[in-house]
Amino acid sequence: MTLNSLMSLAADLASGKVRVVDLSQTLSPEFPQIVLPPELGQCWPFRIEEISRYDERGPAWYWNNFSCGEHTGTHFDAPIHWVSGRDLPHNATDTLPVRDLIGSACVIDCSREASADPDFLLTVEHVKRWEAVHGRIPARAWVLMRTDWSKRSDPVAFQNYDETGQHTPGPAAEAVRFLIDERDVIGFGSEAIGTDAGQGYHLRPPYPCHTYMHGAGRYGLQCLANLDQLPPTGAVIVCAPLKIKNGSGSPIRALALVPG
Amino acid sequence: MTAPLARPRRKNPVLRTPQPLLPPWARSRAALGLTAAAALGRFELQVCERCAAVQYPPREACHRCLCDALVWREQSGAGALLATTIVHHSHDLYFRERVPWRLGLVQLDAGPTVLAHLVAGCAPAPSRVWIGARLDKSGQGVLLAFPTEEVPNMADDRELREMSCDPKYRKVLVTDGKTRVGQATVRALIDAGADLVWVGYAEPWKKFPGFAELEALPQATLVPLDVTDSRSVKEVAAEIGGKVDILVNTAEMHRAHGIASRSGVDVARSEMDVNYFGLLRLAQEFGPVMRSRGADGPASATAWVNVLSIYALTNYPPQGTFSASKAAAFSLSQCLRAEMRAGGVRVINVFPGPLDDEWNQSVPPPKLSPEALAKSIVKALQDGVEDAYPGDVAQEWLARFRESPKTLERELSAAGG
Repeated sequence: MTLNSLMSLAADLASGKVRVVDLSQTLSPEFPQIVLPPELGQCWPFRIEEISRYDERGPAWYWNNFSCGEHTGTHFDAPIHWVSGRDLPHNATDTLPVRDLIGSACVIDCSREASADPDFLLTVEHVKRWEAVHGRIPARAWVLMRTDWSKRSDPVAFQNYDETGQHTPGPAAEAVRFLIDERDVIGFGSEAIGTDAGQGYHLRPPYPCHTYMHGAGRYGLQCLANLDQLPPTGAVIVCAPLKIKNGSGSPIRALALVPG
Repeated sequence: MTAPLARPRRKNPVLRTPQPLLPPWARSRAALGLTAAAALGRFELQVCERCAAVQYPPREACHRCLCDALVWREQSGAGALLATTIVHHSHDLYFRERVPWRLGLVQLDAGPTVLAHLVAGCAPAPSRVWIGARLDKSGQGVLLAFPTEEVPNMADDRELREMSCDPKYRKVLVTDGKTRVGQATVRALIDAGADLVWVGYAEPWKKFPGFAELEALPQATLVPLDVTDSRSVKEVAAEIGGKVDILVNTAEMHRAHGIASRSGVDVARSEMDVNYFGLLRLAQEFGPVMRSRGADGPASATAWVNVLSIYALTNYPPQGTFSASKAAAFSLSQCLRAEMRAGGVRVINVFPGPLDDEWNQSVPPPKLSPEALAKSIVKALQDGVEDAYPGDVAQEWLARFRESPKTLERELSAAGG
């Protein structure tokens, strides 16, 4: 990339020729976090405690302390997050190559299917049908599964639990294998609470997106929003996790650059 | 006879809310022994170890033989009502607002003659009554003369209701109504005559059996409340804090780990965040407004109930971090009690033994059912006690703790390790 291209990009951003789309949910105590069976360790929800607000605790300033898990809210999963990626080199948030954090995105619209069936699984056939219209998924691109799940502002609907667990859409095991082996994607992004479907534990292998993606040194994005504002191809996304020492992920401000 | 308490009318909003005043609070250290027993719902007087004389008022040396070996012993309270009077004028500001006030002179079968608040329904003197000890509005022990026969609407007697924290016609917040204990508490309060019960619940996407049925109860209103979220507590307090007469903190995080049985501090932190910091958040947001409404008519703010655990007194090593979190809450509740005193709002601690719940699955019986715990909460409110120890395990551990804390600690450490 030349200096001219970068300066061009800066000018286009200033003029609105390139628009920035916010792909992140707001971090707030009400936003649901992933919940595991009670016997296991849990991800912290987002919590925030005021330090002072122009008052006797601090007259001229307002600031807070907050706490959350690495996997709270819109967040990034690094390969070290899963057992299949535990031994790969450069697999943590502080060691992974930063060039991986800005890249093109292919947005596959599954909103109709997910609306009809919360357990909808994205298959290889779906991906190929998308490619027939929009072209082959380029190497090192992100694949984002648009389901409009982020529009479920009621936490009950977003989590979508019943007595058998969560029912949220995700990729089929074969589709994940295909995206890695045949298309060399950099990672997979979802609007739901996890990259794997809510019932992913019952797929083979369990949690195939985590298992295969992180096992291949690729990444995951979840709780994305506004994917409906992205073109099927051509968007460039920025998704940089915090540089946590030996971190498995972190909440991110996910952004997309799209033609204005 | 006592007329049943009428449902209080809606408050006239242009009138000033009366400031809570307190009856005389000063007590000598010896006299506080009567308060300490009344806090548990017991009537105790000092008894001389040498000559067995029963003492009243409390003192340092026996009134008969001057021996200073006086021990507090529970009394039956049986006695003869000698005379009654009605006070129409008092220099004390608290009683000045509440006259006419009935008093009685009672000669206890045990010896002393006492002046007691006279509960309506006692037969005119001379007659038999029994003396009980209650905590008055300032939280100090006082004596009341009760009728020997069951009297309808006795709890509605104005003088007795002033000493109790009766949920009848009051509005109650149950901070976590999702658990079995929470659900049972909501139902028990409604059965006891509460007008309105706000049912707090967190994490709406986690469904607990039985919770949905609470919504059908006309007196119940669900309100999202997460005691680990400062803003949630603040918002709920802003919305309903001015109407909460009784707050029952049932929010609890319970796991069964000692120190070595689980690596990492996250479970213990979670226990502290709910059991200790949850209490602190609630106290900061609801405490001041409840305190200001201690004299706000017949349905005034009257009580704050903490569901603690007998493990708060002495650590139970198999549930060591949970015990510590309950001990922290216990200590903080004593601070809260001191801060709420000025408003005449009683802080009531309930110390159940192990509950019959999922995390106590491997604990052998006797275990307390959620319904039994809920009943004990309502009884503590109706009796106006400060400390309640429901169930066999709690009662036994309390007795052993009072006798020798170190011995109980050693006995319980056999269960750990």
